[in-house]
Amino acid sequence: MNFSEVFKQTNQLCKVSPDGKYLATCVQYRLVVRDVSTLQILQLYTCLDQVSHMEWSSDSLFILCAMYNRGLVQVWSLEQPDWHCKIDEGSIGLVSSRWSPDGRHILNTTEFHLRVTVWSLCTKAVSYIKYPKACQKGIDFSRDGRYMALAERRDCKDYVCVFVCDDWHLLRHFETETQDLAGLEWSPNGCVLAVWDSCLEYKVLLYSLDGRLLSTYSAYEWSLGVKSVSWSPSSQFLAIGSYDEKVRILNHITWKKITQFEHPAIIDNTKATVYKEAEKRPGVGSDEMPLHNITMGATLFNTQSKYEICPLPVQIPVVKPDPDRASPKIGISVLAFSSDSRYLATKNDNMATAVWVWDMQKMSLEAVLEQTSAVRCFQWDPLRPRLALCAGNTKLYLWSPGGCVSVQVPTEGGFQVQSLNWHCSGDSLILLGKEQLCLCYMDTDQEDK
Amino acid sequence: LHQNTLDFISVKNYEISSISHVTMSPSRRNNLVSMYSFPLSKSSYSVISAFCTEDNIPQCISYINQELASLGLSSTCIEAISPGDTGLSTVPALNAMYELLQIHRRSMCNLEELEREQLRKSSTLEHIQMSNTRLKDQLELSIREKSGLHETERQLQLKIKTLQSCLKTEKDEVQKLQSVIASRASQYSHDAKRKEREAVKLKERLSQLLIDRKDKKLAIDVLNCLGRADGKRRHWKTTKATSSHEDEMYKSLLSDYEASQRSLMLENAELKKVLQQMKKEMMHILSPRQPSTRGATADDSQEQVSESHTCDASRESLDQYCEHAREQLTNSIRQQWRKLRNHVERLDSQASQAQNQLESNKEVIPRETHEDEMERMRCEVQQCREFIHAQQQLLQQQLNTSFDDETAALLNDCYTLEEKERLKEEWRLFEEQKRNFERERKNFTEAAIRLGREKKAFEEDRASWLKNQFLNMTPFTHRRRYSSSDGQSALSISNEPEIRMSSVKSQLAKSSTYTTFSTPRPSQSAPVPSTTELYRTLRLIPDSRYYSVTLLVHRVLRSGGMSIFSLGEDENSFT
Repeated sequence: MNFSEVFKQTNQLCKVSPDGKYLATCVQYRLVVRDVSTLQILQLYTCLDQVSHMEWSSDSLFILCAMYNRGLVQVWSLEQPDWHCKIDEGSIGLVSSRWSPDGRHILNTTEFHLRVTVWSLCTKAVSYIKYPKACQKGIDFSRDGRYMALAERRDCKDYVCVFVCDDWHLLRHFETETQDLAGLEWSPNGCVLAVWDSCLEYKVLLYSLDGRLLSTYSAYEWSLGVKSVSWSPSSQFLAIGSYDEKVRILNHITWKKITQFEHPAIIDNTKATVYKEAEKRPGVGSDEMPLHNITMGATLFNTQSKYEICPLPVQIPVVKPDPDRASPKIGISVLAFSSDSRYLATKNDNMATAVWVWDMQKMSLEAVLEQTSAVRCFQWDPLRPRLALCAGNTKLYLWSPGGCVSVQVPTEGGFQVQSLNWHCSGDSLILLGKEQLCLCYMDTDQEDK
Repeated sequence: LHQNTLDFISVKNYEISSISHVTMSPSRRNNLVSMYSFPLSKSSYSVISAFCTEDNIPQCISYINQELASLGLSSTCIEAISPGDTGLSTVPALNAMYELLQIHRRSMCNLEELEREQLRKSSTLEHIQMSNTRLKDQLELSIREKSGLHETERQLQLKIKTLQSCLKTEKDEVQKLQSVIASRASQYSHDAKRKEREAVKLKERLSQLLIDRKDKKLAIDVLNCLGRADGKRRHWKTTKATSSHEDEMYKSLLSDYEASQRSLMLENAELKKVLQQMKKEMMHILSPRQPSTRGATADDSQEQVSESHTCDASRESLDQYCEHAREQLTNSIRQQWRKLRNHVERLDSQASQAQNQLESNKEVIPRETHEDEMERMRCEVQQCREFIHAQQQLLQQQLNTSFDDETAALLNDCYTLEEKERLKEEWRLFEEQKRNFERERKNFTEAAIRLGREKKAFEEDRASWLKNQFLNMTPFTHRRRYSSSDGQSALSISNEPEIRMSSVKSQLAKSSTYTTFSTPRPSQSAPVPSTTELYRTLRLIPDSRYYSVTLLVHRVLRSGGMSIFSLGEDENSFT
C-alpha cells in the first residue's frame, strides 16, 4: 500500500473523473485537475467565488463548479481550457446544481425550491420544472441515464414526475400515497422506483417505470420509520434501514420482507467474527518501534492499532440519544451493498463505533468491526468485496472476507481521515481530511488479521 | 389362714347382719373382704366353720383385742367375764361393737363420699373427654379452614402478581407510546420550525427584492454551444418522439420482466429436478426395508414405487406446465418425507428401546430376543439384497431397451427383418425401374434419332417441294413432283396434320422445327441432341406433374443424376 503526498483541498471537494483518469480538486476558488497516476497538475481553472459543489460530467470532458452564495455555475472543459460557460441564476438564488446523465444539461435547483431550471449547453435553451420537493432525495437519475424521477409537491400532495432525459419530455406524472415524501431511488435495472415517506410514517412504495404501484411496505406504525434505503446492485434486494435499529430486506419478486437484520447491543449466538480495534501503544525506547515513527515526532497521535478477534458475547458501546431532539441519533443511517451484492454494510447511529457486515447469501451477520472512535465514512471497493472505512483519526481500515487490517496513514502533522472515495478501478482510495487529501494506492491482496 | 379367717368373719358378719337385719350388698361384703387383710389361718376354709368355737374363746378374745388395738380402739377391749368362762363382759363388748359400728359407719360414709366423688370425677372426666373431642373436631375444622384460607390467599397472591405484571406491561406500553408521541411531537415541531424559518427567509428575500428592484436576470453565457454527447442532432419534440419514448419505456420494462421470468423458470426447473430426485431417493430408501415386517405398508409402497416408475416419464413434462401436477409432486414428496421421518423415528425409538433394554436388563431373555432380532434382520438383509439385485437387473434392462430382453431382441430382429425385406423389395423395384428406364431411354434415343432423321428427311422433302413449287411457278418446264422421297419420308404436306397428331414425339418436336418455315433452307440436322435436351423437349424432365414422392428410396436414386421416374399411375405418361 502506497500513499501519495498530501494535497490541499477545501470543502471535501475532490472527485475522480468517471473514466478514472483525472482527479479534480477545489482549493478555495481554484479548480485543479490532476492526472490520477502521476498526480501532476494538468489544468488549473479559476472560478469567481468559493466553490460549493463540483461535479464531473458523465463523459469526463467537463467539470461543473457551483457557487451557491453567488447563484453562479461555471463549467470548464478539459479538452479546451479556453472554453468557458457561466450560468447565472440571478436573484432567484441557487441551492443545488447537478449534471444530467448525458453531460450536456445542467439542472439547477433554485432557492426555496421554487423551481428546477434545466440549462442546455447544446442549445442554450432553458426549461423549467415547477414545484420540486425539498426533501432528503428529491431527484434521481436511472443508472442508464435515460430517465429522471423528480419529487413534486403540489397542493399538499406528493407527486412523482418521470422525465425522459433525452428531450426532457414528461413521461409520467402520478400521485404517490405518501404523507410526506422523503426520497426516491431508481433500482439499478431502471425498472422500479422506490419511494419512501418521511420518518413520521414507515412507508416504502414501489412503482414500476410506467407509473403503476407495484407494492407498499410498512413494517410498523407510529414509531419513527425509515432512515435510509439502498438497492442492491443486482436489483434483487431493497434494504430499508429504520429508526428501530433494524434493516429489513425486501425481494424483487414478491416485494415482501425476506429477512430483517437486528443490531443488538450484546452480540451473542452468531457465527460472525467480531473485530475489535485495539491500540498498541508503542513503548518508548523499545526495539520494536520503527524508526520513522520517532522521526515523525507526533507519536502521540500516531498510535498503531490492530484488530483483535473478540470471543462472544461482545458488548457494543451504546450512546442513548436525547429523546427530546428531532431526528435522534439512533437507527440505521448508512446502508451499502458490495458491488457483487454479496455483502451489506450497515451503521447504527447509537453504536457509532461499530460497522456491521452482513452476508446476503446466508442472510446472517458476517462480521462486526468495532473501532475506538466513531466511524465517519465507509465505502465498498467498486470491483471486489472489500470495505474501506475511516473513523476521523489517522488510520485507514480495510475489511474483506479474509480479514481486517488497520493501516496508518503516514503523514506529518497528523492527517485525520474524514471521508474516503474509491477510484472506479478499485486500485486506489482517495482519503479526505479537513483541508487535505491523500491518495492511497492498493497493493495486491494485503489482508492479515 | 387368712382366707379362712376372712371367710369366717364374713360368715360371722352375715350372721350378725342377718340377725340385726342389716343387709349388706355382696359387693360391699367383697370390698370389706378386700379392704382388710387379716393374718388368719388357712386351716379352716369352709364357710360354716366359725372363727370362734367353744375351745378358742380366749384366743379369740385376745385376737379381737389385738385387732381392736390395731384399729385404734385400744381403749375398748373385750374381756371375758371371768377367765375360763365362755361368756363375755357385755359393756366392753358392746362398746367395742359400738365402736366398730361407728367405724363401719364412718367408712361407709367415706365410701359413699368416695363413690360420689368418683362419680363426680368420672362425669367430669366424661364431660372433659367430650369437650376434648369437640375441641379436637373444632381444631381440625379450623385447621382445614386455615389451609383453605391459605390456598385462597396464595391464589390471590398469584393473581396480584399477574395483575401487577400486566400493569407493568401496560405501563411500559404507555411509556413507549408516550415516548413515540414525544418523538413525533419533536419531529413535527422541528419540521414546523424549519418551514417557518424558510418562510421567514422567503419573506426577507421577497422584501429585499421588492426593495432592490434590480432584478438580475438569469442568463447563460457560453463561448460556443456544445455538440450532443452522442453526436446526434437535436430532435424536434413531436408526437412520434413521445410515442417512441413510451415504446422504449415499455420495451425496457418488458425485457426486464422477460429476463426475470427466464431466470425464475430456470430456477424452478432446477428445483423441480431436485425434488424429483429427492422423491425417487426417498422411495428407494423406504421400499426395500419394509417387505419382511410390515406387510401392508410394504405393499403400499411397492405399489407406489411401481406406479411412479411407470408414471414418471409421462409426468416429467406434465410437471413443468400443469399446476395440478406440481401440487401432486409436492404432496407426494411430503408424504414420502413423512413416511421416511416416521420410519426413522421408529428406528430411533427402537434403537433407544434396545439400548434401554441392554442397559437395564442383562439377563437371558433380552439376549434371546436380541438373537431373534439379529436372525430376522439377517433374513431381511438377504431378502433386500436379492430384491436390490433383481431391481438392478431390471433397471439395467430398462436402460438398454424399453422392453425386457427376449421380446426386445425378438422385436429388434423382427424390425430389422422387416426392414431388410422392405429394402430388398425396394431394391428389386428399383432395379426393375432402372432397367425399364434404360430400355425406355434407349427407345427414346432411337426414336429421337429416328425423329431427327425423319425431320431431316422431311426438311429435305420440304425443301425439294418448295423448290418444286418455286420451279413450277417459274416458266421452267422441268418440273419435278414429289422430290426424292424416301420410303421413310411420308411427310407430304397434306399429311402433316395427321402426322402431327399421330405421335407424341412429333407433336413435341413441332415448336422447334416450324420456326424455320419461312426460310427455305435445308435445315442442317443438328447433331443428335443430348439426352437432357431430348428429355427437355420431350418434356420428361422436371415438370411437377411427373413427380412422385411416395417412397424415400426414389429420391435417393434420383439424385444420381438420372431423371426421375415414377411408379404406378404415372408410368403411363411415358408411353
